[in-house]
Amino acid sequence: MNLRSEFTKGFFKENPVFVLLLGMCPTLGVTSSAFNGLGMGLATTMVLLGSNVVVALIKNLIPDKVRIPAFIVVIASFVTIIDLTMAAYVPALHAQLGLFIPLIVVNCIILGRTEAFASKSGLLVSVIDALGMGLGFTMALVLLGTLREILGNGTVFTVAIPVISSNPMLVFIMPAGAFLALGFLIAGVNALRSRFELAAAIRSGEPQFRFGAVPLFDATDAKRAAEELAAKKAARSAAAAPPGASESKEGE
Amino acid sequence: MEYALILVGAVLVNNIVLNQFLGICPFLGVSSRTSTAVGMGAAVIFVMTMATIAAWLIQDLVLVPLNIGFLQTVTFILVIASLVQLVEIVLKKVSPPLYQALGVYLPLITTNCAILGVAILVVTRGYNLGQSVVFAIGSSAGFLLALYIFAGIRERLALVNVPKAMRGAPIALVTAGLLALAFGGFTGMV
Repeated sequence: MNLRSEFTKGFFKENPVFVLLLGMCPTLGVTSSAFNGLGMGLATTMVLLGSNVVVALIKNLIPDKVRIPAFIVVIASFVTIIDLTMAAYVPALHAQLGLFIPLIVVNCIILGRTEAFASKSGLLVSVIDALGMGLGFTMALVLLGTLREILGNGTVFTVAIPVISSNPMLVFIMPAGAFLALGFLIAGVNALRSRFELAAAIRSGEPQFRFGAVPLFDATDAKRAAEELAAKKAARSAAAAPPGASESKEGE
Repeated sequence: MEYALILVGAVLVNNIVLNQFLGICPFLGVSSRTSTAVGMGAAVIFVMTMATIAAWLIQDLVLVPLNIGFLQTVTFILVIASLVQLVEIVLKKVSPPLYQALGVYLPLITTNCAILGVAILVVTRGYNLGQSVVFAIGSSAGFLLALYIFAGIRERLALVNVPKAMRGAPIALVTAGLLALAFGGFTGMV
């Protein structure tokens, strides 16, 4: 468990949005543009960082039975700080995100990380964990926001893209588009994951679930894929062999 | 008439799940069977109405007179969490059959952002107590409606051969997207 893997796990292997499916409400609610996604992601990262640090520091002072309410109070305090700070310095973004800023307090990612990680770990790893998970969340939000903004508005970070911006698919910045875009994004990530996992399984000869906790295929799938691959290789080498040899093979 | 508009607006036009994106976690998590969907929806109606009344009273009688509005988030989440606990204890004692029916869903509701969301919404929109109650009932009925339709679709979807990468969350999200598109037809009704 080195620090580097603690940091990078939030981006792909345990990405809160694409793999763990946590924090869906803000993910869908604020990503009508890439900039909103970025703002929401960074706000969540700050709250996560603050509460992970405080929980890691005070974890030995809290009686086990009241730890969840205590964590919630810590999180709610940081949410209030971020809320007031954003209202003072970035009022336009604050108005855009609206209700979803106080709702950071019920974002499962934050309580999940403080409960599952910071309450059991030291200060440094908790900071690394918070940064990795928070930035992984931010990355997912920016990705979804960019996709929706390009398709629905024809712009990237409010810069217009020539052809698309004259005929945008409005549905993608409407509520329905949020569900559709996220659904297809997760499907894309799943396809990538299963390809990586299958490749790893074929290399080692047995299923290896290095990406994410949920296996996307079972052991028989891996076995069948390995056999298919071997058959393909055999066919290819047979085709590469002199024509006479392959013909005699087909004759058999 | 005003109350009817609030009710229709909350159930259909600005549906809390499909239009406001609140309570997505239970919407995706507890929607594989229609029977559990009804249980969850009923529990949400119950708790959301109680929580909204409690939050409205606290905002009006404590936070505003003492001029400590900035404690809103902290206070509301604590009130809702303790209210859910209280409801659980009272139900267990007073009505065991109802507790049997709703019991498993109650602890899940504390993390349902729709409850906190509606409590904050009624304050920011400046509703009076009557309007708040109607809005809370409408929102939670909208949640039940969306959850029930969605669970019905997912029951059928379980029989379909879905492409491997789309299985689970992706197909559920696409289904929800189509449902949201259908609910988009109500836009402009109120």
